[in-house]
Formats: sequence, C-alpha cells, structure tokens
Amino acid sequence: MTSPLQKKLKISDSSVVTANRTWDGVVVYRTAAKGWSADLADAAIVRNSDEAKALLAEAVADDVGAIGPYIAPVQIGEDGKILPGNLREQIRRDGVTIDLPV
Amino acid sequence: MPLVNGGKIADDSFVKLAVDTPLPEDGDILVPAERFLGEADALLKRAGKIGVIWPNNRDIAELVPYLGKLATVALVFPSFRDGRAYSQARLLRERYGYRGDLRATGQVLRDQFVFMLRAGFESFEVKKQADAEAFMQTAKRYSVFYQPTGDGRITALHRRMQLRHSEGVGT
Amino acid sequence: MYAYDEIDRTLVNERVSEFRDQVQRRLSGELTEDEFKMLRLQNGVYLQLHAYMFRVAIPYGTLASNQLRQLAHVARKYDRGYGHFTTRQNIQFNWIKLSDLPDALADLAEVGIHAMQTSGNNMRNVTSDQWAGVAPGEIEDPRIWSELIRQHTTLHPEFSFLPRKFKIAITASDHDRAAIKVHDIGLRLIKNEKGETGFEVLVGGGLGRTPFIGKTIKHFVHGRDLLSYIEAILRVYNQYGRRDNIYKARIKILVHELGIEKFSREVEEEWQHIRNSSLQIDDEVIEDIRSRFIYPAYEKLPHMPDELRQAAADPDFEAWRKNSVAAHKNPGYSIVTISLKPIGAPPGDATAEQMDALADLADKYSFGEIRVGHEQNLALPHVAKRDLPALWKALDKLGLATPNVNLITDIIACPGLDYCSLANARSIPIAQELTRRFANHELANLIGRLHINISGCINACGHHHVGHIGILGVEKNGEEVYQITIGGRADESAALGNLIGPGVKFDEVADVIEDIVEAYLALRERPEELFVDTVKRLGVEPFKERVYATR
Repeated sequence: MTSPLQKKLKISDSSVVTANRTWDGVVVYRTAAKGWSADLADAAIVRNSDEAKALLAEAVADDVGAIGPYIAPVQIGEDGKILPGNLREQIRRDGVTIDLPV
Repeated sequence: MPLVNGGKIADDSFVKLAVDTPLPEDGDILVPAERFLGEADALLKRAGKIGVIWPNNRDIAELVPYLGKLATVALVFPSFRDGRAYSQARLLRERYGYRGDLRATGQVLRDQFVFMLRAGFESFEVKKQADAEAFMQTAKRYSVFYQPTGDGRITALHRRMQLRHSEGVGT
Repeated sequence: MYAYDEIDRTLVNERVSEFRDQVQRRLSGELTEDEFKMLRLQNGVYLQLHAYMFRVAIPYGTLASNQLRQLAHVARKYDRGYGHFTTRQNIQFNWIKLSDLPDALADLAEVGIHAMQTSGNNMRNVTSDQWAGVAPGEIEDPRIWSELIRQHTTLHPEFSFLPRKFKIAITASDHDRAAIKVHDIGLRLIKNEKGETGFEVLVGGGLGRTPFIGKTIKHFVHGRDLLSYIEAILRVYNQYGRRDNIYKARIKILVHELGIEKFSREVEEEWQHIRNSSLQIDDEVIEDIRSRFIYPAYEKLPHMPDELRQAAADPDFEAWRKNSVAAHKNPGYSIVTISLKPIGAPPGDATAEQMDALADLADKYSFGEIRVGHEQNLALPHVAKRDLPALWKALDKLGLATPNVNLITDIIACPGLDYCSLANARSIPIAQELTRRFANHELANLIGRLHINISGCINACGHHHVGHIGILGVEKNGEEVYQITIGGRADESAALGNLIGPGVKFDEVADVIEDIVEAYLALRERPEELFVDTVKRLGVEPFKERVYATR
C-alpha cells in the first residue's frame, strides 16, 4: 500500500487533514495546536502542497491518536466558516443523509 | 533481531551470506537459494552447518534433493500479510518429510506465531524484542485446533471422536 | 441449529481473549495501525466513514432466538440500537468503539456467536440456503457440510493470509438461493448413482470490479473428499494467486488467467497428494456434526387448518400469505420470510426492539429458530400453518409484514456513501425512493418477481451485476451518477446484467427505473413472463430506447 505521504499532492484549494480517532472511530480534524478535534471549525487550514504535506506528516506520526489521515477539501464561507468540500466529507461531518431506523 | 528457537530466545550461530560474500572457512552459514543451487556441491562439502534462504515465490520442490543435508531452511514473510511461506512450510514438513530446522524470517510478529508453529516452523527471527519475549505465552494461546497439520496436534474433530468412543464404552 | 460443544466454546473464548490483548496493545501504541489493521479485520472490524463497523458472522444463516436477542443486546449496549443484515449472512453494527469491541465479542461468545474472518484475506463466513433443512425437495441439509467447512476454515494455519478474501457458498436445492455461482467456491450438493453424497464444485465466481460466473471445476467430489479438495484449491490459490495488484488478487482472476482446464489440472495434481490424508472425512464425523444440529419435533398437523381458512377472508392477510409464506417439507408447516424492506426504510436494517420481538415470535411459533438470507431478509423456518394468522398480526405490529418478498421493492442495497468509506455514491436513499414509487402492492404484484440490486461502488457489495435491474453508483466530477444494467440474475441460471446506456443522476434514477418497468409491462408476452425473461428474449435495446428517447 502506498503510504499517504508518498501520494502525489495537488492542492489548489483550502484543505484540512482528517482521520478517525483510534479508540472510538469518531471523525476528527487535525488542529494547528498539533492535536485532534471532532469539530471541523477547529481544523488547521492548509492552502498549498507544502503546507498540506507538513500537516499530514504530523498527523501520520500520531498513529496512536487517529487512523487513516488524509487531506480533504473544504470551502471557506463568506463568514470565514469552514465547510466540507464534497458530499463524502459532508456526510462524515453531519452523519448519514437518511433517517436512522431508531 | 532476536531469534527464538525451541521456544526460547537463543543465539543465532548462522551467518547470512549475500549472493557475492566470500565463503568463510568454517562456521554455520545461511545462503540465498540462487547461490545455494549454483554452488551446492562446494557448499555442502565445507565444515559448518549450512542452511538456505528460500524465497516464497520459488517452487519448494527444487530443494528436495538437498533436504537431508540442510541444517535449516529459512522461509520468508516479506510482509506478515503474504502467506505463501505457510504452504511451503507444510509441503516441506508433510510432503517432503523435512526434519531439520525450519526458520521463519521477514516480518515475523507475535500474532502469527500460532499459525507458524502449526505450519511446521520451529525457529523464528522475530521483529520485535517484546514479541520474542512473549513467545511461550503466545504459543499457548490456543488449545483447540480444527485442522490436521503435520504438527501432530489433535484436532477438534478427532477429540470429539475420542469422547464419543469413551462415552460409548459404558453403555 | 448447530449447538456448540465445549470445544467450540473454548476456541471462541480463546479468540476473544487474543483480540482483547491485541486491542490493548493497539491502544497503548505497541501495535501500529499497519500491524493491527489485518488483526482487526480478521475479527470483523472495519473503519467506515463515521466510526468502526463490526461485522458478525451468522454461519449458513441459522440463528437461535437467544442469539438474536444477544445481537439486539449488542446493538443496544455498544451501538445505536440497530443492526444491518448483509448479503452474506452477516450482521453489521455501524457505530461501535474499538475500546468496547472485546466486551461485545465476549457477550456474543456467551451464545456461540463470533466475528472471526468476517473480513480480511481469509476464508469468510460459509453461507448457505436460508431454507436449508426445511425446503421441500432438498437433497439433504447442506448446513452439516457448511458447519464442517466452517470449522475447517476457522483459524486455518495455512490459509489465513491469502492473496485476497475467499468466499464459499453451498446449496442442496434445485433452486439456488445461496448465489453459489458468484462465489470463489460454489458447492452444489448432489448424489451419485450409488446414492452417495457429493458436490459439484464451481470455482472462480465473483462480482466486484471484474465479475465472473463460477465455472464447474469438478462434476462430483465425494463428500469424504470435500475438505481435501477445498484444501487443494486453496493451496494452489495461496501459492499462485496474484499479490501484486489488489484488484487482480481474487481466485477468479487466477482461474481466468490460467484457464479453467489448466487451473483444474493444478488442483487435481495437488489433490492426489492429499486426498488420502487425515483430511478424509469418515461418516462418523459427519454423524457427529449432524447430531449437534437440533431439529424440531414436528407435530402431525393439518395442511389446511381452520385458522387459515378463516383468515383467508382478510385480504391483507391473504396478500401477505401469498407473498411471504412458502411451502415446507412438512405439510402442516410453512416457511415464513420476514421482509426487512418496509417502504421507505433502509434495506436490511432491524432495530434492537424488532430483533427482540422476533426472537420471542421465533420461540412461540418457530421452535426458537430464525434464518437470515442473502437478500437481506429474515425467515422463520418452522411455522405451523394454524399459527400463520396470529404470527402475521404480530409481525404487522412490528412493521415486519410488508408483503413484498421478491417484488420490486425487495431491494438489495449496500450501505453506500452514507456509511461506507469505499463508496462513491449513496445507495440507501435510492432504494428508499424506489420503494416509495412502487409502494402500491397491486402494482408491485402486477409487475411480479423483479430484483433490484444497488451498489454504491464498483466493489459490488449490493450485487448489482446480478440484479434483474442493477444500479451502480459512481462519482463523476464530484457528482453521484448511476449506471443501470438489466438482465442479471443470481440463481442457478446466474448471469451478469448488461448496461443500458450512459449513467443518470441521483434525482433521475427512480424515473428511469419507472420507465424500464413501464416498458417491460408493455413488452411482456403474458403476465407470467418475468422481467428478466423479457429482457432475455428482447435484449437491452427496447429498454434503452424507452429510457433515453426522451432524455
């Protein structure tokens, strides 16, 4: 398997690094304070490949904290709010798009 | 990398030779398959034990003519996820009757010890010290085995038959 | 059902304690994710979009009521109160914490349930006909053999790190409900001219990126040789299956690249070495396993009891009976399929409350036994006909009496992008919308047997290739697009569907399916001609024309 650090990076828009927390699987985002947060609003924003690589490398190094880190696109709203950049990330942040059976 | 042999961490008397390392006068050596097949006669004549490192994508049957003269066969797990050497090990033990040492090399981790033992390995170049130290404890993790292999452990099916017959005695 | 003995229980408990140690080493950082991933997969633990997903095996689809109650307990205690039945006789929980998993497994082990090898590159849960042991005309109960294989493949010392996953399915009926032709090994139980039990062995079937229908590798393998023959296939695969490319690593690719003749010669050669070994099964072993399957003590009951005659006046009951009740080998009894496809709900989901209530109903009406089928429905396999009206009332109260089994709203769907980290598009909302469009029972009945299968990506967990109508979600320029095939089937006449044309958008899928169905209703020769037969007779063209003429 290609390590996430070896993959080619082409970052043109704002991005974040996201993963799932190891002990419970919850979706988390890498913060500027070198930690993880379950709130996208806390995510560190990267705007080019070098920044993205550096943030990802830091995230990969924290293998005990979270698993499967990768770079995900985000959009920055007019109010500065961070929004998921695609449907997959929207579902990861907000949950399933359907009503749960319970 | 610690070697576990006979269930205990042991010294490795073997020196691994590359394809082009000059042959030492004496001492125990482990030789890559290619070199071994090329220089078998010369290698087998020298003093010291000889073992071969056999890759997992080469037919193990090629080794059959030499099995009686080998002190060890080292099979390779390039990654613990690549399970080809389990088949090679069972073939060596169960089909070709190899009785010498069978060594697991490569990414050898604690969580595969039981599978390896069952396939016929008896020495292990273990990646992590902690895993090597936990060998005995890990090897005893399971007491039930469903499949017959050459390791002689009694299978669940067999044990049930024994139970049936022993119960049947009194009736 | 099969009752574990002390030996089986010990193994499962040993497995739980091993996994507990592995999880602890992972959480402490002693194991990296790279080292741990395969270990968790081999215990049924995936990482999905929102959380870990936990897949539990229901071998050959047979569950006891106390086991179903324990699944409900796991759903409630460790998850969010529901579970999802899959196409391979497993149940999945979507929100479980890694730190809770050892306890969840220990709870399941108490009732003889495990999650071993429900993922990973090893031999997966052995599946079978959900009507095994009760279907009229069945040659013999295939679960005896399924259990034999389950044991043999569990923690196999040679085949736990195969090139890729490996799935085995068994049927013993003419009508194949186990989809054996799309499995790595498919086994059809047959008798030889001496009346001895054996198997036609198929190999190399599978869906996913490169779908293949399995090919017969041997027309008759005697029952006593079953394990050695399977072992020979696996040994050839373990050594020669491709490991350089995950998409080419399944046995179907090896069979395809070598050709079935060469592949079968390799297997034959290997088999000759091992067929007379300790792998040979004597009758006593089979008898021992058979003796631990508990069969109900059926009563001699009328095949048309008064209760049934009276209930026939209720059209709702009759609609359900005609749809969901099937003939049993014992004329006083029936097999009742329980649709997990209520209109507007995610296919295959059941809540903890429903599971508990079903377990009670199974105790009351089905000798405590429940079955799980690959169509993501459940069944009560031994219901006395006199009990059908009472059972129907109870099921209806639980929302489990939708009379749509085998109809257009009985949709197979994978979890899709709502849950799955591999998915490219959503599956469940498509299924939900389709069930709403065809909610009218008279309409669904008029259409007749029609299987819609939906997958949210090329890995084909929703079996779209073999749906009468198959829907495959892909992603194109950031949008969900759905490719539609028709004419596939998963039974004894298994075939892959054909694409009707360019993909359609999320919002258009239901309209397109309506068009296809309208075209079928206009084109069929007579009402008995099933959709899939009309497609076989006429090909894709008329349907394509209908769908794309106005688009």
